[in-house]
Amino acid sequence: MSDFAWGVVAALVKSIIIIVALLTAFAYMTLIERRVLARFQRRVGPNRAGPLGLLQPVADALKMAFKEQFMPGRAFRFTFLLAPALSVFVALTAFAVIPLGDRTTWGTSPIARAWAPFVSDINVGILYTLAISSLAVYGIVLAGWSSGNHYSLLGALRSAAQMVSYEVSIGLSVAGVLMFAGTLNMVDIVHAQVHQGIWYILAQPLGFILYGIAAIAEVNRAPFDLPEAEQELVAGYLTEFSGLRWSLFQMAEYINMITTSSVLATLFLGGWTLGALHGILGAPFIWYGIKVAFFLFIFIWLRATLPRIRYDQLMRFGWQVLLPLSVLNALCTAAVVAFDLQWWVSGLIGLFIILVVSIIYYLRLRAHRQVDKSGIVPKSTGLDQVLPASVRLVNIDPSQPPTSPTHATEPAATTP
Amino acid sequence: MLDLPTVAFYIIAILLVGTALAVVLSRNIVHAALFLAVFFGAAAGVYVLLNAEFIAIVQVLIYAGAVTILVLFAIMLTQNAMSRNANPFAGQWWLAAIICAALAIGIIYAVGSSKMALLSANASANMTTAGAAGGSIVRLGQLLYSPFDYSYVLPFEIASIVLLVAIVGAIVIGRED
Repeated sequence: MSDFAWGVVAALVKSIIIIVALLTAFAYMTLIERRVLARFQRRVGPNRAGPLGLLQPVADALKMAFKEQFMPGRAFRFTFLLAPALSVFVALTAFAVIPLGDRTTWGTSPIARAWAPFVSDINVGILYTLAISSLAVYGIVLAGWSSGNHYSLLGALRSAAQMVSYEVSIGLSVAGVLMFAGTLNMVDIVHAQVHQGIWYILAQPLGFILYGIAAIAEVNRAPFDLPEAEQELVAGYLTEFSGLRWSLFQMAEYINMITTSSVLATLFLGGWTLGALHGILGAPFIWYGIKVAFFLFIFIWLRATLPRIRYDQLMRFGWQVLLPLSVLNALCTAAVVAFDLQWWVSGLIGLFIILVVSIIYYLRLRAHRQVDKSGIVPKSTGLDQVLPASVRLVNIDPSQPPTSPTHATEPAATTP
Repeated sequence: MLDLPTVAFYIIAILLVGTALAVVLSRNIVHAALFLAVFFGAAAGVYVLLNAEFIAIVQVLIYAGAVTILVLFAIMLTQNAMSRNANPFAGQWWLAAIICAALAIGIIYAVGSSKMALLSANASANMTTAGAAGGSIVRLGQLLYSPFDYSYVLPFEIASIVLLVAIVGAIVIGRED
């Protein structure tokens, strides 16, 4: 067979292997997440199905497969069926350029290179991942809209605004790494880190944190899971989905988490490398796996720790904190690269900015906490000015019976 | 005998025309926006065939990933996003059809007879071997930003100022007092 045909066969087989691996990882991520969350909350977690609960994903899958797949009467049928499939399709596609090892992992012959551990090695790798992840919002928006339900539609609207807002910060926070590496190719970015002898988290601490935060928002994980906020929107875009369609959305979310963790590991932690230890056969997969598992644990940790933020806080944070900091990071990095300074200059600048922002946040938090202790909110601290004018807080006065103008117009409601 | 890029081009071309018609003819406005997203994706396919990977990715990132989502966002904020006939024909649809046909004939005539278009077609056939070497992003960057060589840095900066003015204008209009 020709080299081209070998390439096609290799790409197909590698895609199938990666899809199976991702789906297995998804199944066990649900188990691990439930166990870890249980630990955080001093519970045991699911441990009944099989040893240590290892068969729990199988049980869940069987349960989901036999559940009724409900479709509301007012739903738009085609789009309703398309949305979950689209979510999973996009999530799986985005993983295609993630390198799990070097081009020469299996040797240097053309056939060995065709079987290198990534599906595709394109010049614009990181942009490809960003572009495909930006399509993930379609699944959510279409699901919310096609349900024919206002809660779902609100969830879809939120997710559209959120993902478009945070994509800007994602793109800009990656820029620093790209300036250091001088390439958009994922494999070459790792090579650049090996060549310069550092992980880019050292040169780009601010970029790392910004990308991490924006990426959590991009995959709709807590504390940014507003599209599915239970208290406000039932389950947001997921409300009308059940059975396997519901689990397809879960699948997409977890695969997106894995992809994001992989991008973080590749850009900032040197991907499959660890010092000189990546030359050993099989070792690259272990280093890559450990780094990705570390980020996945952080995802769960954040979910267990942080409360969900309010919608206006989300937008304010995205546009007024993340975006300016990303621009600042790109500017500082550009200056460091342009003047040919050492990498640690950029690292120190990043740490300094992180420190300043943390101090500002700490001082603001303390100002709010003093207000909370007294139990009175004086106008002068401006706590109510944090809210935009479109948000109206309900004023509860315990000495007065609850009355409101809308009730006053209805005779039945005013006479209890 | 058709080679692989030609087959791919015809598939993409049919997809492009079909989705473009669907955008205009679809009675459901959300479906129209969806077809628009597919259209942008197919246009990215044409760029890939032209060895312009960067433009293709940016096309998906900006147009399919952001612009169409904003269109959907705006549609869903309006009253009748859930109605099944949100995109009825306007009275002047026949006028629009005539203008579109005239425009298409004009473009086809211009591209088919212009010497410049034929020249650049030959030039791009020669360039495909050079672009495949992976230097297209570097070349694009130099062409856009280089302060020393001939570059498009001034038009680029002017375009960014236009966008900045638009953003400031939007904030002024949309600001709460």
